Order: sequence, then C-alpha cells, then structure tokens
Amino acid sequence: MQNHLLTIAESVMLLPLLGAVLAGVFGKQLGRNGAHRVTVSLIAIAFFLSVYLVYAVVWQNQPAVSGDLYTWVVSGRAHFAIGILLDRLSAVMVCIVSFISLAVHIYTIGYMADDDGYQRFFSYVSLFTFAMFTLVLANSFLLMFFGWEGVGFVSYLLIGFWFGRDSAVFGSLKAFIVNRVGDVGFILALAAILLMFGSLDYGIVFPHAASVANQTIRVLPGVTVPALGLISVLLFIGAMAKSAQVPLHVWLPESMEGPTPISALIHAATMVTAGIYMIARCSWLFEYSPHTLSLILVLGGTTAFFMGILAINQTDIKRVIAYSTISQLGYMAVGLGASAYDAAIFHLVTHAFFKALLFLAAGSVILALHHEQDMRKMGGLARRLPITCFTFIVGALALSALPPFAGFYSKDAIIEAVHLSTTPGAHYAYYCVLAGAFLTPLYIFRAVWLTFYGTYRGEHDVGHVKESPWVVTFPLVLLAIPSVIAGYILAAPMLYDAPRLLGNSIFVLPQHAIYGEMVSSWPGAWQAALAAIHAPTFWLVIVGIIFSWLITMTLPRSGEFFKKRFRLLAWMIDNKYGFDALNQHILARGARALGRFFYTISDLILIDGIFVNGSGRGIRWLARVSRRLQTGHLYHYAFAMVAGLAILLLWLLW
Amino acid sequence: MFFNSIILTLLIWFPVLGAVLALLIGDSGGKNSARTIGILVAVGNLLLCIPLYLGFDTSSYAMQFVEDHLWIRAYQVHYALGVDGISLAMIILTNFTGLLVILAGCQAIKTHISQYIAAFLIMQGMMIGVFAATDAILFYVFWEGMLIPMYLSIGMWGSANRSYASIKFFLYTFLGSILMLVGFLYLYIHTGTFDIRHYYGLGLSPHVQILLFFAFLFAFAVKVPMWPLHTWLPDAHTEAPAGGSVVLAALMLKLGVYGFLRFSMPIVPQACEQLAWMMIILSLIAIVYIGLVAIVQTDMKKLIAYSSIAHMGFATLGCFMVYDIIRHTHNYLDAYMSLEGAVVQMIAHAFGSGAMFLGVGMLADRFYNHSRNIRDYGGVAHSMPIFAAFYMVFAMSNVGLPGTAGFVGEFMVIMSAFHAHFFIGFIAALTLVLSASYTLWMYRRVFFGPVANTHVAAMSDMHGLETINYILLAIGVFALGLYPAPILNLLHATVGHLLLQSLPIAPMALPVTGV
Repeated sequence: MQNHLLTIAESVMLLPLLGAVLAGVFGKQLGRNGAHRVTVSLIAIAFFLSVYLVYAVVWQNQPAVSGDLYTWVVSGRAHFAIGILLDRLSAVMVCIVSFISLAVHIYTIGYMADDDGYQRFFSYVSLFTFAMFTLVLANSFLLMFFGWEGVGFVSYLLIGFWFGRDSAVFGSLKAFIVNRVGDVGFILALAAILLMFGSLDYGIVFPHAASVANQTIRVLPGVTVPALGLISVLLFIGAMAKSAQVPLHVWLPESMEGPTPISALIHAATMVTAGIYMIARCSWLFEYSPHTLSLILVLGGTTAFFMGILAINQTDIKRVIAYSTISQLGYMAVGLGASAYDAAIFHLVTHAFFKALLFLAAGSVILALHHEQDMRKMGGLARRLPITCFTFIVGALALSALPPFAGFYSKDAIIEAVHLSTTPGAHYAYYCVLAGAFLTPLYIFRAVWLTFYGTYRGEHDVGHVKESPWVVTFPLVLLAIPSVIAGYILAAPMLYDAPRLLGNSIFVLPQHAIYGEMVSSWPGAWQAALAAIHAPTFWLVIVGIIFSWLITMTLPRSGEFFKKRFRLLAWMIDNKYGFDALNQHILARGARALGRFFYTISDLILIDGIFVNGSGRGIRWLARVSRRLQTGHLYHYAFAMVAGLAILLLWLLW
Repeated sequence: MFFNSIILTLLIWFPVLGAVLALLIGDSGGKNSARTIGILVAVGNLLLCIPLYLGFDTSSYAMQFVEDHLWIRAYQVHYALGVDGISLAMIILTNFTGLLVILAGCQAIKTHISQYIAAFLIMQGMMIGVFAATDAILFYVFWEGMLIPMYLSIGMWGSANRSYASIKFFLYTFLGSILMLVGFLYLYIHTGTFDIRHYYGLGLSPHVQILLFFAFLFAFAVKVPMWPLHTWLPDAHTEAPAGGSVVLAALMLKLGVYGFLRFSMPIVPQACEQLAWMMIILSLIAIVYIGLVAIVQTDMKKLIAYSSIAHMGFATLGCFMVYDIIRHTHNYLDAYMSLEGAVVQMIAHAFGSGAMFLGVGMLADRFYNHSRNIRDYGGVAHSMPIFAAFYMVFAMSNVGLPGTAGFVGEFMVIMSAFHAHFFIGFIAALTLVLSASYTLWMYRRVFFGPVANTHVAAMSDMHGLETINYILLAIGVFALGLYPAPILNLLHATVGHLLLQSLPIAPMALPVTGV
C-alpha cells in the first residue's frame, strides 16, 4: 500500500518533466497544438493523482511514506540519497501546485497564442512544475536544494522569456543573483546540518533536533553560537531570497517582466512560497531557535507593512500585485515566526488561489489591451470584460480578507496567532499585520477602480476591447471558486479540528503552542464570519475599500497633494526605501570596482608588470651587464684571474 | 592477461603513432585523411578505456594494470606504468576530451590540419603518460613532453598576441618543473630509486619536507594555477585555438592538482599539514579574488579562464582542507568527501569549461573578425537558438546548478569546508554568487537582448560535428551531475589509502576500515 503511494508520488513528480522534454525537444514536430495538448494533459493527470494522494494521506489517514530512488553520492561517512517523502504537508503542497499549474497551463494556451516561443514556453512551465514538485516532495535537504535551485533557474528562464527585451533580461539576471545570495545561506545551512546531524535526510535530522539543541558551532575564533540557531538563521536567509522578505525582496517586482502566466504560477502561488514551505517543513529546527523566530517575526512584519505601502504607489497593474505578494508573504512569515505553521501554510494555500486569480485576471486585461500594463491608461473596462472584472473583484475581496472569502480565515488566523504569541517581536509584528489589513484593500481596490471603473483613458480604441477567449476565462472561474470557499471549507480542518490537517508534519514546542487558545474561541466557520463584524480587522477592510474609492475616484488628485505635503515620505516611497539604489550603486558597482582594482592593479601591474615581465627585463639587464665582462681584452681576463686567485688565497688563509 | 599488461602502453602510444601517421600523410593526401585518422585514433583510444574501466578493481588501492621495464640501467629508471582510482578517472577524462578536441579541430581548423591533429594526439598520449607513470623520471618526461605540442599549438594556430603568450606559458611551466626535477633527484639520492611508490612514508625530516614541498609547490601551483602564479593562463587561453583552450582547461590544469595528490601530500605529509593554512588561503583567494576579476573581463576567453582558476581553487581547497577537518572532527572518514570533492571538481570543470571554450571558438569562427569581445555580440540566441540552449546548460554547470556536473564537486567541497571551519565554508560558498554573476552576465550580453549587428544576424546555428560534440558534453554534464556515484566508487579505495599516506599522524591510531 505504501509503495504504491510512493510510486504515484514519483509519477506525479516525473510527469511534468516528461512534458517539458517532449515540448522542449520535440516542439517543432509536435507543433503548437501538440505541445499544449501533451503538457496540459500530463499536468492534468498529475493533478488528479495528487488529489488521490491527498485523499489517501489526509482522509484515509495513511502514514507518511518515505523512500529513496537512488544513491547520489557516498563519501566517507556521508551518504546522500535522492528520495521522496509523502506526508500530509507535501501532499497538500503537491495538490495546490498542480492545481495552479494546471490552471496556468490552460490559460497559457490563450495568453501566448500569438507568441513565437509557444512550445518553449510550455516546456519551461512544465519544467518549473517538475522542479517545484521536486522541492516539495524531497525527503532530504539535498533534493530540496535541487528543487530549490531548479525553480530559481526556470524562473530565471521565464522572467527572461522574451530575451530580446533588455528589461526582461535584466530582471531575470537580478532575480537569479539575488536568489543566489539566499542560496549561500541555504547551502551553508546544509553544511551545518551535515556537520551536526551527519546526514541531510529529514528522517534523521528532525527527530534528533532536540538532542542537538544545546550544541554549539564555532563561527570565528573564540565565537561560538547555538548550532540550531545558526542553522535556522542560514535557512531563513535562503527563505528570505526565495520568499522575497526584506531586504532580499528586490528581485520580485523586477520579475514582472516575464509573461503574466508565470507571474501567477511562479511569482505568486508556488515558487515564492517555497521559503514558507521550507520553514514549515523545518519547524523542528526553528522551534528550538527562539531568536530566529523573533527575527522572522520582525522581518516578516516589516515586509508585510512596508511593502504593502509601496503597492499603493504603483501604476503598473502587475507591480501592484507583485508588491501585494511580497506583503502577503510577510504575513505568512509572521505566521511562521509566531509558531503558527499551520496558519502560515493555510494562508499559503488560500493566497495561491486568489493571487494566481488576480494575476491571471490582470493578464486577461493586459491581453485585451494589447499588452498595456499601465493602469493610468485603463479605466471603465468592467462592461467590456465582465468575467475578468468579476473574477478580479472576487480575488480582491479574498485578498482583502473580507469575510467569508478565503483570505479572511487564513489572514485572521495569522493575526490572531501573532496576537497570542509570546515570542519577542510578536508585538511589533502584530501592529504591522494589523496595519497591513488596512493597506491591503486600499491598494488592491485602487487597482480595481482604476482598471475597471471610471472612464477609459487609454490610446487604443475601447470599442475593440473584448473579453478574452474561454481558455483564458475558464481558469479564472476555476480559481475564483476556491478563492471564495477554500477558507470556509479548510479553516476548521487546517487549524481547529483535532488532529489538524497537517498533523505531525509540523512540530510545535509546548511553550509556543497557541492553538489551544485559538481553538477554544473558535465558533465554527460561518459564525466566525458573522462574528468578524465586531472585530477591528473587518472595519479596517471596509474603511480601506472606501478610502481607496475616495482617493482614486472622488479625489484623484489626492496623490499629488500627498506628495507635496509629505515630500520626504513620498520620496522614500518613490525610491522604494532605497533598496535598489543600495544594490545597484553600492553592492553591484562595488563588486565591479573591486574586481577591476584586483585585475588592473594586482594582476596586470603587480604580478604581470613587475614580477613576470619585470623578471624578464631583469634578466635582460643582467645579460647586458654581464656581456660587458666579456670584453675580449686579454689583460681584463688576466686581471680577473689574479684577483680571483688573491681572493681565494685570502679566504683559505683566513 | 597479456592484454591487461599492455593496455596503458597502448593508450599512450596509439595516439602518438596516429600522430606520426597523420604527419606522414600530411595535408597533401586529401583534406580528410588526416581528419579520419584523428577521429579513428581518438575513438579507438576512448574504446580502449572500456576494458580499463571494466577491469579495474575498485576495492583495491594498489596500482593496477602495472607494467615495469628497466629503461635506463645506470640510474635505475624504469618504464613503469600503473593506475589507481584517481589516475584512471583522469585517463578516461583525457581520452574523452581528446576526442572532443579532435572533433572540434576537424571542423574549425582550416590550415595545417594534419599538424593540428598530430599535435593534439601527441598531447593526449603524453597526458595519459603523466597520469599512468609510476616512475618519477618517466613522469617528468611525459610532463615536459606534453608542453611542446601545446606550445606549438598556441604558437601556430593562436591569435594575434600568440608569441608572447606561448613563451610566457612555456617559461612559467618549465621553470616550475625544473624545481620538481630537483626534488626528484633528491629523493633518488635518498632512496636509490625513481619508483614513486617508494617515496611514500619515508619519514623525511621536517626541514627537508618543507624544502621538497616548495619544490613541488612551484611546479604544481603554476599548473593549477594558483594565485599569484596564475597570470599565464588568461594569456595562454586567449591566444590558444579553441581546442588548445579546451585541453588547457579540461586537462592541463588538472595535472597540478594531480601532482599535489600524487607527490606533495603522500611524500611530504608533515610539510603539507604545516603549510595547509597557506594553501587554504591561496585557494580562497582564487575563489573570491579571481571571481571578482572574472566579473570585469570583456574578453570571453579571459572570463572563462579566470572562472577556471576560481573553480580550480575548489580542487586545491579540497586537497588541503583534510588536515583541518580531521583536527576538527577527529574522524578521518570526514576527510574523504573533501578529497573526493576535489577530484570530482576537476572532472566536472573539464566538461563545463571545455564546452564553454569550444562555444567561444564556434562564435569566433562565425564572426567576421573572429572577435572574442563580449561587446561585439548580443542577441546570438536569435540567430543560434540551439547553440544558445546548449550553452545555457554548460553555463549552468559553470554556475554550479544542482543536477549539473559543476554542482557535485562544489557541493562536496563546501560541505567539507564547513567541517574544517565555518569561515572557510562561508568564503567558499560565496562562489555561488560570484560564479552566477560573471557567467550569466556574459551569457546575457552575448546571447540575450536584441540582435546587436548584422554580423550576429548572419551567424548560422551549430551543425555537424559541433552538435555531436555538444551532445557528448551535455550527456557528461548531466550524467555526472545526476549520478556521480559511479565515479566516486572508483575513488574510495584510492582516496582512503592516500589519506592514510598523507596523514602525519601514525596511521595505526586511525580506523582503517569503515567505508
């Protein structure tokens, strides 16, 4: 029974790879239709299999299974195997990833219909899905790192999909390099884990976490740090890059240069949540590192609030959603920091639905307007694009966490958890996420009003704007349904029932456990939605929506007014707090300057100039000098002989 | 098993014989006859590796396929050959690379094709000799013999500044090896034999060990090359023909590390342990300093050359970290991964950088003035999509993406570095960012963006032997990246024995078995 689950999980993992190879290598032979038929059907099979996996592992309550496929490296005491783990957490993740991927695959048929790289795109998207499955299904940190780097690589390919455009190519390079900064942390964490546990397998590492909790690692002569503290911080650095936490978030807005379907799949629903998934997976390690939890709380809260502010200032519809994604990832991080791993994963799930929906709906608008992304050139599209508009608003409401939409349950759980948490930093994070609850409806409904209401401000003839084909709108509807009901259905099993849906995939120390209190005050899904009317968060959302209407529709000049009154603040927001400038001017330029210094001063002048060519010159000089000794005059030689003899005699007599 | 006792001789002299044949026929005997000979000999040699690989006993650390004939009676010089796990891996790599270079030359070289083929076949034979020799003088003869065809190939088929580069190359490497010869002579006087195996475990005095260490160091550090003896490499690479660059990067650099493993570590273990800190620092300088220098290069070949130095830094780091690791974890089994990582890094680097150098050759061949300047290109992916896709694979191997060959060695060395010290691991791990920066920056400038000019637009995609070459290399990159276990199996016994030889502590105190 267990083996057959593993086989299914393996095929889920490998099906997209097959699709990617077929569409990539035989794209020309398959043709456009062939390519999308192959990849879409393979992903569809993977999706149905993954539903079965969830059914088996969650409903039938079968125990987690783990199995090695083959041995990758054996060296000394270290033994690295490639293997997969199917437990509740990975089953849920696979199901979500394959669902979103399926929706995006179908959507792509319409969105990329006119693109020359049609087959290539399908190949990449399937390859990405494979990498994401690898990341999620791995049973060791090693294979997780394979998937981790794999998604980063395919994301690089996809952001730069239109490789003729300089902005896209720049964005892709930036994304890859920033992610690599995080990977330095990740690979060092792997090394530390190997040093402390002697293995990278989850099955060996996690059960022994408690016994390693008191050990230390020497980082500098005379400086030792708690081993798990170091490991968890290093892992978190990896997560910061992948899940766009301040200050390694800078690549995500730039990633919007890629085609919209992948913004939905990679930069909203799946890859960027890999960091969240990883930390939840490693709850064993993080639970014993209270300082890291505090760090996550503070950085997560900062990300949730300050990146939400930036979303208000964007004019590109995709960038609004991108900053919103960063902010929502901050929420998830806060959930992790408060030891509410289940709540963070719950928000990851609901967010995947509604954020993918928002991106795809935005893509539908972009498609209808012939690749116009500037909201200042939109407006009044509600009647032209009824399905797109309706689903976008559904997504916006879910994102704003209005009860009883999906986002409400998950976001409220995080806010409540961090409120109850006693980990240092929780207070700060609480106020950040609370303020964020007001910002979210503000920026997303600003986008709604600017795009779909008011008058059309674009250059294209609005009469030609028509609703996208069914392959585009169908995935929107497909995603709109869970955006409405997923929270209502999943809230109780994910958080409040016993045992919780993720069960023992997650480990929480007793002193961090806050669910008890949350469960005791849980009235049931429907009652919770009704009771929310009495809670401050609900009213923050309502005020946020109204306020957004005011600043965009009734007082469109309020933005300029704000900029004049609060110059410094506006300047900071315009420059995105200066992170780009720091990276561009100080880090990147600094590295180049250092490289140039080493190259010209040290390599060319010192080593080559003085030592190598210098010694060549030196020998030539020596030759010139010694040539003078060979004068050809007999008396010179006679003198030398006599002098030599004299010196020799003197030396012997001494 | 008569065949087994001559297989190494065959591997060495068959290419040389082929070279003589190619020279005799010359370019007059039809354009393709020299090419045919070259390809046949290279393929034949590669096929000879199959019985070598299959007949090799991975459980033994002893030299296998040994041949021993007295060569110069007066000095007890023997024609003695034999392979262990490390040299077997390197010989297979040499033959693989040899085939690639011949194939590349067949398509790219237009003048003096028979001499080109001959030069590279002789180089291949000499290099196999270096890896197979178990007699110090024989080793030295092959070691120097290999320089001559290399020197000629840079001088004859190189580009504008070739005479400066070829002389610099020759003097650098020759001066280095002279000191090595002095070291051998000392050991001969001390032991009365040139058999390398008799040099192990001599228990030389610390003072002598240090002197010998530096004599060897100069020879090997030039080859690797280690900072600050590295400046000949970028010049040699830029001026060499593509095939020459491939041999340089894929094989010749490895000779330095091979020398450390074969001579320095087992013969002068105490000196190695005492001076390991210096070697670690030089290796880390190679990784970071050279990585930064690579970022500002404008010549594609120079960039890859610097990248090679940085990657070889991992190999030397892996070699000399073993002492720190054992001191830190008190278990010599932990040092395996460091040394094996170093060897894997050497092999992996051959695939990645070899392919990248070949690619630069393909680009330059197609460009009207054979420019290697990154600035002259742009948008090549539009005109050469298949080439761009392949090149992405090799670039990613250079970057060290998991699943490609480049990852395995780097991963193993970084893991081991952490065992030695957090800080060594940290600095080594910076390569993740640096290698991504310079490799992808170059890729972006050359392949992405709008088509830069009409010359780029006119370039035709790869075809014929080029495609075969790249398919072979891609298979190598993925095979080693996804399933490195078979190669590591070759190494375990040899590395374990080497470790025991190289530890200044009495081997009795250590557990002998375990893996």
